[in-house]
Amino acid sequence: MSWLLSLPLFIPFVAGVVSFLLKDGPGGRWASVLGSAAMLVASGALMTTVLREGVVAGQMGGWPAPFGISLVADYLSAVMVVITAITALAVSIYAMADVEARIARLGYHALFQILIAGVAGAFLTGDLFNLYVWFEVMLIASFGLLVMGGSKEQIDGGVKYVALNLVSTILFLTGIGLMYGMTGTLNMADLALIVPTLENQGLVTVVAMMFMVAFGVKAAVFPLFFWLPAAYHTPSFSTSAVFAGLLTKVGVYALIRMFTLVFVGDISFTHEVLLWVACFTMVTGVLGAAAQNDFRKILSFHIVSQIGYMILGLALMTPLAIVGAVFYLVHHIIVKANLFLVAGVASKIAGSTELKRIGGLYATAPLLAVLFLVPAFSLAGFPPLSGFWAKFILVKATLEDGRGFVAFIALAVGALTIFSMTKIWAEAFWSPHPDNQEPKLSTLSKGERRALLMPIAGLAVLTCIIGLFPEPFVQFAEGSAAQLLDSSAYIEAVLGVSE
Amino acid sequence: MELIVASAIGTLTAGGVYLMLRLRTFPVILGLALLSYAVNVFIFASGRLAIDMSPILSKYGDASYTDPLPQALVLTAIVISFGMTAVLVMIGLGAFLEAETDRIDVASDEAETNETKDGAA
Repeated sequence: MSWLLSLPLFIPFVAGVVSFLLKDGPGGRWASVLGSAAMLVASGALMTTVLREGVVAGQMGGWPAPFGISLVADYLSAVMVVITAITALAVSIYAMADVEARIARLGYHALFQILIAGVAGAFLTGDLFNLYVWFEVMLIASFGLLVMGGSKEQIDGGVKYVALNLVSTILFLTGIGLMYGMTGTLNMADLALIVPTLENQGLVTVVAMMFMVAFGVKAAVFPLFFWLPAAYHTPSFSTSAVFAGLLTKVGVYALIRMFTLVFVGDISFTHEVLLWVACFTMVTGVLGAAAQNDFRKILSFHIVSQIGYMILGLALMTPLAIVGAVFYLVHHIIVKANLFLVAGVASKIAGSTELKRIGGLYATAPLLAVLFLVPAFSLAGFPPLSGFWAKFILVKATLEDGRGFVAFIALAVGALTIFSMTKIWAEAFWSPHPDNQEPKLSTLSKGERRALLMPIAGLAVLTCIIGLFPEPFVQFAEGSAAQLLDSSAYIEAVLGVSE
Repeated sequence: MELIVASAIGTLTAGGVYLMLRLRTFPVILGLALLSYAVNVFIFASGRLAIDMSPILSKYGDASYTDPLPQALVLTAIVISFGMTAVLVMIGLGAFLEAETDRIDVASDEAETNETKDGAA
């Protein structure tokens, strides 16, 4: 079974290498698209296997766990890999028209594929140190993508991005060192067995907090999110979209994994901290967005705010709340990546992402307006789109847990999200263009239009499907939550023993 | 032995944090490098400190050996942090050549010029 687990890592790496060799011609772009498509097929196959057989684990190099490196796919990992592949496919098609030839020749598409490999690796690994390695693969690739093009703004954002992420990595490594010193293992399933038996539970909580800060920086939670709005509005739109969709979610995934599998000994403390972090993240993110006037800066702050909802689900730790968190995670990746893609098209035809400088898109490009409305309304939580169900489940879980105040915050943040989306809508789509110029989709060539709009439309359709037929998705999230809250299946699949 | 290693880690961390808080790119990079050295030594120590013991089982039946795993981990971490530092130096150099200053906040005093560039970027 291990070949099926390693395919989603192997394919993007190969695609990256091929794409780098062909970077001077159109072959580089096509290698990236084909690689993403192949990865989607592979991750689909992995998903069906996981649905059929439960948790799937493979030991790399044939070394039995906990000595070798394990790759594990449970429901959560599998769905994250599928979503990664979907995002990669959409963005790599979009990048065909979005990324200039000058930047493509620097190896843009190759780095993009390596980034995807890093993300997929982080989702699939069952080993703490291996997770660190995947984080670094991701970090180096994303750093390259971020500064590619080399404008002053990009480099400025890039330095902040990489410095803060390195600090988080150092904390993560310190946590790993302490963890190994205490338990003598770094296999997550093995840790889940050993950590509860340790004498010094106080030290476990200290390590838990170190991991919380380290993953918190990656996930951009309050008060560690400053690098995100500083960097995400600077690179090319394809880069923004894939960062917005995937990178912070790796942090969220790592938090969910560690705080449902290993650090569950002192929930009343650790998860209470997470709860307040979640509330502050939601509020600061949405307030930050309200103060911005740039298409991409508003969206960047909204990433922060939405991360809060996912952490909220984890913090409550009830079955329904975890269902909400998983559902939110999947919905958010699709919607957020799509909004950045729309921002790219809007900027290409209207000339800027600064809201004051653009306008009139509704009159002249109604198709784009509709394609913006779907993810924007979904983000704000309008029924019947996917965001409505995600917020509905989370708020219901909050109320069932008897935390009316937190539910109020979640709803108020939703209302403020509508405010920002309305601002974008009014300024970019409804109000006339300040220079009386009429932005038209037809200014783009036919090939460009196809490459830019197809992924946006595809992701929008996906959002509608999740919104209109949420049942199978909720059921899947329920299965995923059950696996997360009862880790015995995970441990048994990795170690071959039961608790 | 423990005292030496512990105070070395402490000194490296203190120096690293101090340099990290400077406003220029080069000290920040040095600070990050010092911090990663500190954490590398720390990981090494997590396998317990032992003197005169090899990290492999001796074939002459002498059972005393030190934990090899942290050494392998540290090797990986050193390589990665070395690569990361190299990338960071390149970017720092790029920022310096582009802006002709190595302040961390390149954009802040030139917000005006950047705003006009926003559309192009």
